[in-house]
Amino acid sequence: MVKINGEYVDVSGKTVLDYLTLAGYDSKRVAVELNGDIVPKSQYSEIVFKDDDNVEVVSFVGGG
Amino acid sequence: MMPSKDEWIKALNDRHGEDLQSKISSTTVGICGLGGLGSNIAIALARAGIGKLILIDFDKVDITNLHRQQYKASQVGMYKTEALRENLAEINPYLETEIQTVCVIEENAKELLKDCDIICEAFDNAECKAMLTNLVLEEMPEKYIVAASGMAGMGSANSIHTRKVTKRFYLCGDEISDASDGIGLVSSRVMLCAAHQAHMVLRLIANEFEV
Repeated sequence: MVKINGEYVDVSGKTVLDYLTLAGYDSKRVAVELNGDIVPKSQYSEIVFKDDDNVEVVSFVGGG
Repeated sequence: MMPSKDEWIKALNDRHGEDLQSKISSTTVGICGLGGLGSNIAIALARAGIGKLILIDFDKVDITNLHRQQYKASQVGMYKTEALRENLAEINPYLETEIQTVCVIEENAKELLKDCDIICEAFDNAECKAMLTNLVLEEMPEKYIVAASGMAGMGSANSIHTRKVTKRFYLCGDEISDASDGIGLVSSRVMLCAAHQAHMVLRLIANEFEV
């Protein structure tokens, strides 16, 4: 299980991009941290979640 | 009568204490986007005696901005960079400002922001917000970014918060209220979010890293 935004989700083995798509995020509007470090956008389709990863997805909304 | 620079510095030292004020006065902050967030952040930091502001926006003041952005009716049609520099100089004549009337894109951001200690993301567009945040965290790991997401509408003032996402990434807003839903942006709630951002900047300068 992977902890994403505080909740355990069964996405071990999936790439960051797979998860974002599955969860309905627009990958152009997010910042993703994996175990405290930013995940470079260029690696969304390469980095694979594994058990006990701690993930934070920040999804931006418009306005300023 | 215009206060002298010595009088200005003394007044700030009396308020903030010399130690903190010397830190504030030696910090450079970049503000990306000079709308409802950026113009308010700039005013708060100018009043606090920030060392230098780098003000970045490509756009001109429009009549539809005046309900929430810190410009005057007489400034409609001016570049926001130039209008804000003018307004800040009236508040704090000793503030150092650099203006960049350009659109921040991946290709120019690093150069534009190279002298900043702290960067405020104050764009309107969600994709631009994400772009800048990712870019700073990926390519400028020595800098702090204080970003904003979710401040539209008439929701409670108390739902606007500051969150420390990672060591160098702070996020202000309710993280939900999108400007494209409902009634759009309301001056007081945008100011609240801008105040959260400006205050987090000052806390970082004061070596207060928690929220």
